Amino acid sequence: MAYSDKVLDHYENPRNVGSLDKNDPNVGTGMVGAPACGDVMKLQIKLGKNGLIEDAKFKTYGCGSAIASSSLVTEMLKGKTLDEAESIKNSAIAEELALPPVKIHCSVLAEDAIKAAINDLKSKK
Amino acid sequence: MKLPIYMDYSATTPVDKRVAERMIPFITEEFGNPASRSHPYGWTAEKAVEEARRQVADLVNADPKEIVWTSGATESNNLAIKGTAEFYSKDKGKHIITVATEHKAVIDAFRELERIGYEATYLTPEPNGLINIEKFKAAIRPDTVLASVMFVNNEIGVIQDINSLGNICREHNVIFHVDAAQATGKVDINLAELPVDVMSFCAHKTYGPKGIGALYVRRKPRIRLQAQMHGGGHERGMRSGTLATHQIVGMGEAFKIAKEEMHDENKRIKKLHDQLLHGLTEIEEVYVNGDLTHRVPHNLNISFNYVEGESLIMAIKDIAVSSGSACTSASLEPSYVLRALGRSDELAHSSIRFSIGRYTTEEDINHAIDLLKQKVDKLRELSPLWEMFKDGVDLEKVEWAAH
Repeated sequence: MAYSDKVLDHYENPRNVGSLDKNDPNVGTGMVGAPACGDVMKLQIKLGKNGLIEDAKFKTYGCGSAIASSSLVTEMLKGKTLDEAESIKNSAIAEELALPPVKIHCSVLAEDAIKAAINDLKSKK
Repeated sequence: MKLPIYMDYSATTPVDKRVAERMIPFITEEFGNPASRSHPYGWTAEKAVEEARRQVADLVNADPKEIVWTSGATESNNLAIKGTAEFYSKDKGKHIITVATEHKAVIDAFRELERIGYEATYLTPEPNGLINIEKFKAAIRPDTVLASVMFVNNEIGVIQDINSLGNICREHNVIFHVDAAQATGKVDINLAELPVDVMSFCAHKTYGPKGIGALYVRRKPRIRLQAQMHGGGHERGMRSGTLATHQIVGMGEAFKIAKEEMHDENKRIKKLHDQLLHGLTEIEEVYVNGDLTHRVPHNLNISFNYVEGESLIMAIKDIAVSSGSACTSASLEPSYVLRALGRSDELAHSSIRFSIGRYTTEEDINHAIDLLKQKVDKLRELSPLWEMFKDGVDLEKVEWAAH
C-alpha cells in the first residue's frame, strides 16, 4: 500500500514521542485500542497554568497510519484549551494525513485517545 | 547490492535466466499448437511439451503419464479436491479432511464442497505447526472420501510427515491429496514410494514462470477424477484448454535445474538461514513460528513482540518481506495460520515471514539483521506495550477497550 508523504514524514520523524508523569495532577493519560486489534495508543497531555495544553506526548503500537495519526495529534493539541482539544474530529486527522478508507479507524482511535486523556485529566480536578 | 533485497521467495521466485532463455523460442518461432497433428509446427510444440512433462515427472520420481498440466497450484488444488471428491463420493461418502493451516486454495475448495453438501473437518495442528498423526487418524470416518495436507507450509515453512499420513489414508481407503507448491526443489519427493494419490505443483515457486502448474494423478492404483474444465479433451480429458507451450517448457526447465542443483543449493540456503536465525534471535522477545527442525531452510517466520508487523515492514523497506499479519487488508485479522497454532493475537500481529532462495547472499542476510535490530529498537521506543512490559505490567491482565 502506498502511504501519503505526510504519513511517511510523521512515521519516519515522529513528533513528541515519550511519556509524562501520569501521577502529576496536571497530566491526563488516555490509552485506547487493544493489542489483539493491532493498535494501542497512549496519549498524554499536560495542562499549563494558563489553561492551555503546554505539552503532549504519545506512544503507539500499530501500523504506520496509527503512528502518524497520534504524532499529528500531539502537534495539534499544543496551545489549545481543553474545549478546543475536545472538538478535534477524526475527519480532520484523516484529511490532513490523506488516510485511505481502510485506515480511517486509525484517526478514530486518535480522536478517542484525545477524549480519554481529557477525561482522565478532568477526573483529577 | 540491489535494493530492496528480495526476501519473499515463498510468494514467488524470479524466473531463472536459463529458464527464460529456453522459453523465448516457443513464444516467437516455435509457436505451434501442441494439439496440431497435421504439421511440423504442432509436432515441435508437442515434443517440447512431452520433454517438459518428463522433466517435471523426474523431479518427483513419477511417470510422465501421471502429470497433467494446469494453470498453477490453485487450479491443481481445485481439480484434485473437487475432482476426486466428486468422483469417489458416490461409493465412499461425503466427509473430507484438511488442516486449518492449509493454503486458501485448499480451504476455499473445501468450503465450496461444504456448500454443496459435503461435511468437512479442519484439523488444528500442534503449536509447532505439525499434524498429530493420532488426531489425524481419529478424524477419519467410514464415509471419509478425501484428505488434503500440504507438504510445506507457505507461511511457516514446516514440513508435514506425508509418508505417515499417506499410509493412514491407504489403510482407510481415503484419497490423499498433497499440495506441494512450496516443496519442489526444497524437499526430496519420491512418488514411486510416497503413498500419495494426487499432488499439486506450480512453477513460479521454483524459479519457473507464473501461470503454469501441474497435477500428479497416480496411475497405479489408478486414481480418477471429474474434470472441472470442459472443452477439447486435452490432458486425457482431465483438463481441457490449449497447452501454453512456452510456460510448460519453462516449468520443465525449472524443475530440471531444481533436480540437478537442489542438494547443493539447499546446503547453502541452510547456512544463510542459520545466520539469519542467529542474528535475529539476538533481539529480545522474538519468537520463531513453526517447528525449527521439520522445516525448510528457505523460510523463517518470526514474531517481534510488542512491535506491529505492518509498521515494521514499513520501517525495513530496504528488504522485501511479507507480514504474517494480513493487516493491509480491510479485515485487520492477523494471520489465520499463526492463530491456528495458538499464537496470541499480539504475536500474530507482530510476525514477519522471511523467505530466502537461489539469489540470496550472505551480505543480504547481514544487511537484514542490522536493519531489523535497528528498527525493532526504534519501534519499541514508540511502543506503549514495550514500555508496559519493561515496567513489569502483565499485558494479559490489562482490560483493553477492543475496537
